[in-house]
Amino acid sequence: MTDIYGWLQLAVFSALLIVLTKPVGLYLVRVLDADGKTFLDFLLKPLERILYGLFGIEPEKEQDWKEYAVSLLLFSLAGLILTYLILRLQNHLPLNPQGFGGVAQHLAFNTAASFTTNTNWQSYGGESTLSYFSQMVALASHNFFSAASGIAVAAALVRGIARQTSKTIGNFWVDLVRVNLYLLIPLCLLYAVFLVSQGVIDNFHPYAQAKTVEAAQLQHILGSSPTAQQAAIQDIAQGPVASQAAIKMLGTNGGGFMNANASHPYENPTPLSNFIQILSIFLIPSGLTYYLGRMVNNRRHGWAIWAAMFMLFAAGATACWWAEAAGNPRFTALGIDAAAGNMEGKELRFGIFDTALFATVTTDASCGAVNAMHDSFTPLGGLVPLFNIQLGEVVFGGVGAGLFGILIFVVLAIFLAGLMVGRTPEYLGKKIEAYDVKVSVLAVLTSCVTILVFAAGAAASAWGTSSLNNAGPHGLTEIIYAFSSAVGNNGSAFAGLNTDTVWWNTTMGVAMLVGRFFFMVFVLALAGNLAKKKIVASHGGSFPVAGMTFVLLLVGTIIIVGALTFLPALALGPIVEHFIMMNSTLLF
Amino acid sequence: MIKKLIDELRISLIAVICLGIIVSGIYPLLVWAIGQGLFPEKADGSLITAKGKIVGSALIAQQFTSPAYFHPRPSAAGRGYDAAASGGSNLGPTSRQLVEMVAKRCAAYRQENGLAPEVVIPADAVTASASGLDPHISPANALLQAGRVARARGMDAVEIRRLIADKTEGRDLGLLGEKRINVLLLNLALDDKERSHGAR
Repeated sequence: MTDIYGWLQLAVFSALLIVLTKPVGLYLVRVLDADGKTFLDFLLKPLERILYGLFGIEPEKEQDWKEYAVSLLLFSLAGLILTYLILRLQNHLPLNPQGFGGVAQHLAFNTAASFTTNTNWQSYGGESTLSYFSQMVALASHNFFSAASGIAVAAALVRGIARQTSKTIGNFWVDLVRVNLYLLIPLCLLYAVFLVSQGVIDNFHPYAQAKTVEAAQLQHILGSSPTAQQAAIQDIAQGPVASQAAIKMLGTNGGGFMNANASHPYENPTPLSNFIQILSIFLIPSGLTYYLGRMVNNRRHGWAIWAAMFMLFAAGATACWWAEAAGNPRFTALGIDAAAGNMEGKELRFGIFDTALFATVTTDASCGAVNAMHDSFTPLGGLVPLFNIQLGEVVFGGVGAGLFGILIFVVLAIFLAGLMVGRTPEYLGKKIEAYDVKVSVLAVLTSCVTILVFAAGAAASAWGTSSLNNAGPHGLTEIIYAFSSAVGNNGSAFAGLNTDTVWWNTTMGVAMLVGRFFFMVFVLALAGNLAKKKIVASHGGSFPVAGMTFVLLLVGTIIIVGALTFLPALALGPIVEHFIMMNSTLLF
Repeated sequence: MIKKLIDELRISLIAVICLGIIVSGIYPLLVWAIGQGLFPEKADGSLITAKGKIVGSALIAQQFTSPAYFHPRPSAAGRGYDAAASGGSNLGPTSRQLVEMVAKRCAAYRQENGLAPEVVIPADAVTASASGLDPHISPANALLQAGRVARARGMDAVEIRRLIADKTEGRDLGLLGEKRINVLLLNLALDDKERSHGAR
């Protein structure tokens, strides 16, 4: 915390985020308007028209919320099945230079669910399980699709809020196509080339075989016995990484090409690539808050939501940084330099601050890429990402998912404020009624209940505990983290837990699907209901949705819901582990 | 109703295939072509060759155990430095296995570098990285190893320290990340230096 470079980086990061929010938001306004003009029209408009023709849809025909939801669900289902089939059959498909076999049923289901839901949990080891074709086609396609679906649902909800007496909330197919064509693909193209310039690999070669320097020397002495031969060769995984790394960050997907994700030097080679990767997680979610303000004609409301998100982000980042910088007293006792902080499971080029920032941002959003092993964090350092996920990943959040997630909390916050002053709650001129509050509460409850029930089930079962990598309270944290990450569609992990078993893969797959699609359907129901309502002129008695009071109320609501739900479980995991670590010499 | 659902399913399949061709075919091939065109050496893994043979990658740690070479950070990738099975130990801060392993590494580090018990050990020297392939060590770690390397090679310790200073990379843009030294590049530079000495 005395590291001045850490504070400077935090300042630069925050400044860049503020500066980028408006331009990205303005561009989103154009992309998410079916008739919006962009500077890429000359190139992409013809392609857009061809796609609508192939789909056989009329782009000007909008859908009501149920039609929108059906399109979203069927599109996701089609992608899920295709991914499952590709993974199962990868040994019969091209671009498999390492000759990997087909993926087992439960692992293929888990991975297909994982990528369809924007979770990108990795039960598989990327470079040791999947062919280049599987990575590029079965997985990376969902990075685009699920990101675009998330943004589409957010846009649908914003339309629901902004419109009045409207039956429809947009056309899913139009949103899907436009977000992919005008936003994700062009940005990723630039971004991926930048990543290659930093050293991220992008090729289709078989794994490189290096004759290592020292082993080559020793061979002079030892001769060429088979064991010496084997020790002398380092197989170095290759693949089309850059194209996938770009969308995995920008689309807040997070599934790494390599097992070690963004800590792998081939996925994140330099501190600069690291910094840009962190920023790119927040880029679109931050812009979406401006999009909201612009669409509802209340820019201060958009910035108020941004401010609430930023407060939670800043608190998380500094807490995680502090905990990791304080290090592990068990190590200090061995005579290890305490000033370097807790370096187990961290990369030296990033150090403590860049790791803490990455961990906070990747879990504020539903990204889940990691540049360090969260399992080896200090108890409180690991609590920050875990609690971020449990808050619903509404701190900027996943692309789209963050905005519609926090808008659910906005509805709840306004409802609570209405209860306190005894008035009918109103949001931007619309009465918030029983139906709206019910679907919002259902959305939040579904996630919380799914996390706790599955985690409790796993913690009480042999199939759950036999996969643990750590004993004691840390083991419980591994389980809670896994289901929080699955339901929250985050995808980061306390990765010591071996989830590549039939039980884990299946329960996690189901948890991801519930966490994603139940939530989205409730959000679309809210959007449809809000769209139908009339906007009444604002009067003095309505609760202001901008300004400090609103920001604090919103932050308070998010924290209270998260804390009341999860603190008891967290007390048995990271919190008790912290006190054991600080006040005893106990080991597990 | 059923007809409408079937219709939507048809659109879904077409959408997955058409958009799939764009985002999983055209897009990655464009990135590949541009990447290979502009930065071919980086896109192919920053591989280092000597006498036409690949000896490693500038971005990937490899094992060094001889006292004449600088040692990278401990690795939990596969059986150690396995660049086809990246990963960390994933052991938590109160794990007995972790603390005992680190204690052993500390003892070994002190012994091989002849350090007194009161010398503090750089954290990166005895902890495993996240990827298991971290190519860097800290300047403090390199300096503590310098004496050992000098003795093993019969070189002047001052010269080794100068080489360390040469090979120390600063923060990116003067701000981002940490100061660090690439172990493989440092060791190759050492070999080079010794070879040119021998030639003289």
